[in-house]
Amino acid sequence: MAFFEMTDQTGAVRPCYAEVRRWVEEVGIEGLNARLKEAETIFRRIGITFAVYGEGGDPERLIPFDLLPRIFSAAEWRVLDRGIRQRARALNAFLYDVYHRGEIIRAGIVPGELVYRNKAFLPEMIGFDPPGRVYSHIVGIDIIRTGEGGFQVLEDNCRTPSGVSYMLENREIMQRMFPELFGASRVAPVDSYPNDLLATLKEVAPAGAGSDPTVVVLTPGAFNSAYYEHSFLADLMGVELVEPMDLYVDGDKVWMKTTHGPKRVDVIYRRIDDDYIDPLAFRPDSMLGVPGLFGAYRAGGVTLCSAPGAGIADDKAIYLFVPEMIRFYLSEKPILENVPTWRCALPDECAYVLDHLGELVAKEVHGSGGYGMLIGPKATRAEIDAYAARIRADPADFIAQPTLDLSTVPVLGHHDIVGRHVDFRPYCLVGKQMRLAPGGLTRVALTEGSLVVNSSQGGGVKDTWVLDE
Amino acid sequence: MLSRTAENIFWMARYIERAESTARLIQMGQRMAILPGPIHREEWRSVLRVTGCDGLIEGDRPVAEADIVHLLLLDEGNPSSIRACMLRARANGRAVRTALTQDMWEALNEDWRKLEHYDVASARRNLPELLDWVKTRASTFRGAAETGQIRNAGHDFLRIGGALERAEMTLRLLDVKYYVLLPETSVVGGARDHYQWTSVLHALSAARAYHHVYGGGDYTPWRIADLLILNAQFPRSLSFCFGQIAWHLDRLAQAHGRRTAAQATAAGLLSELRDRESGEIFEEGLHEFVQNALAITNRLSREIAQAYHFA
Repeated sequence: MAFFEMTDQTGAVRPCYAEVRRWVEEVGIEGLNARLKEAETIFRRIGITFAVYGEGGDPERLIPFDLLPRIFSAAEWRVLDRGIRQRARALNAFLYDVYHRGEIIRAGIVPGELVYRNKAFLPEMIGFDPPGRVYSHIVGIDIIRTGEGGFQVLEDNCRTPSGVSYMLENREIMQRMFPELFGASRVAPVDSYPNDLLATLKEVAPAGAGSDPTVVVLTPGAFNSAYYEHSFLADLMGVELVEPMDLYVDGDKVWMKTTHGPKRVDVIYRRIDDDYIDPLAFRPDSMLGVPGLFGAYRAGGVTLCSAPGAGIADDKAIYLFVPEMIRFYLSEKPILENVPTWRCALPDECAYVLDHLGELVAKEVHGSGGYGMLIGPKATRAEIDAYAARIRADPADFIAQPTLDLSTVPVLGHHDIVGRHVDFRPYCLVGKQMRLAPGGLTRVALTEGSLVVNSSQGGGVKDTWVLDE
Repeated sequence: MLSRTAENIFWMARYIERAESTARLIQMGQRMAILPGPIHREEWRSVLRVTGCDGLIEGDRPVAEADIVHLLLLDEGNPSSIRACMLRARANGRAVRTALTQDMWEALNEDWRKLEHYDVASARRNLPELLDWVKTRASTFRGAAETGQIRNAGHDFLRIGGALERAEMTLRLLDVKYYVLLPETSVVGGARDHYQWTSVLHALSAARAYHHVYGGGDYTPWRIADLLILNAQFPRSLSFCFGQIAWHLDRLAQAHGRRTAAQATAAGLLSELRDRESGEIFEEGLHEFVQNALAITNRLSREIAQAYHFA
């Protein structure tokens, strides 16, 4: 039985959920379901959607929203807050190291081939010092819980973690619809996030940028699935949302085309992958990129956030070593542990994985978004055999983890409160300072028993509360 | 402001205005088509002609209301259709969401896939409701801009786009009359002529204004032309729209610190309109006047794009 976050072992409601429990009883399931429809109408009207073009049906879908908040007590959050910051520091230290002296590899802790032969490693970044030595400015860490008190990290996201707009919008809509609920609880506010993000981005401007650097958000465009988030963040920061065609490079500087003529850009929060940012430096077939952008970055004319090549730190093969990184760079004990993971690259571990595939969750090292994975207990014999063949063909491309007993949170069902599996993604901002909003994105698997919470796979979202003392 | 943002706002405003104008055109066509008359009926074809969609239906076949509903209301493939205009307005708005207020975006976003659910038959059954819906969306959008948008360059581009498109549609509506009349010159001044002229007024919601300006009385073509072309107080007249365009172009020029060719073009037409009398326009030929003015609106659109780097 998975740990149910609302109650303790005796079945009593845990103190942090007491207020919500009382509210559910007061309004009733039917009442809440009626309010949910209202909330969805608001989401649809203001256009908080997830764009999925080319699959037929509604091209701009709503992510299902659940009314019942996921709640962390102040004590729980203290642990998470420290653990997340610690991890973000270690990941950035690792990035600096692998693009410079490679101490952790020389020390024999991380195997060199995992880094240097990795597709996410960019040799072009070797020896380059990004402003403030920050590579990953927005670190999204996916966290799960398997029992009372036990948080574990499932995955790190060091490139362009998405979903923070839902943290803000979910809160907004809950406050708009249920002000009385907030009056009775002590929910820490998250609305400083856009200001914190802007401050972070300005802190890492290139040396010559002046006292008020020009920051932009770079989006691939309106057809990108996270376009809503890109425009939302640009809006809340009061900066331009640019597409690659709005930018050009001249004399190691980046300029945007405005009605006044060219305007200098200092910091680019880019939501485009490394491969596509600059057809001169990376993929020549990229229609998205800004020619010469990487050259301007290397010359110190502009800051890219996150830094190209930051993806090496959130690769699933490197993930295994994050606790070691914490010990190595920070000389600290990891506050948040990893989920146990087997590396198919190691013959012993691969043999174990192949023998136990039916009990494990196997993943592609470079996969994301819940694609390309095998959930052993839910798979047919044929699916398991086919996946085993793929692992044998290229073992280094796979890892496996136990089928986790993810905790469940209360979700509004048609007739009752039901338990559904969740994960949690907080967003740690790294500039000269480190900033962390008390909250994050809670994703919930809306199908009974399902462990897949990705929005591309039908998962939903809910507001996340961190209670003050 | 990003040039792309300016461009998107300018065209968004044009598409919204165009969708509304096309709705008004269809209403006018309906009004004219119910009039009893000779078998040779050109009303619907004239509507097609002014939208530039004449080529979509073979020359000798009579154009029916069903064709109009398909081509000008529902057909996403026809860039002049209401549906295409509304989708493009929303797409442009979505591309520059940060430049719109929440209310402006909601006006574009609400029910944006509505026309998908109709085929020609069901759309014809609900035609008045659908055309009103288009006009309401446009009004809601303009109202949101009016009361909520900061008066910055974005607002200037929005207003210029809207006024330019509106001026163009008033000119095109006047030209409908030319196309309708052409084959039946013998009835000029007759009841049919009178009815067609009043249809033009109705399409522009101008019938009341006409009575107020001219103290009631008969509809005469030169007075109607006077109202729609020269009257600086009527908000759909060429003169009024160009007054708006010139005003906003001046504001933009000031904010950008340089004069533009577009300003000169707008001011040129304005001063010409001030010196005109409606009688002269008729002597010269209304159709020729309209065609010339349409060419000027086209040039103006190009000059604005060049001046603000979105050409």
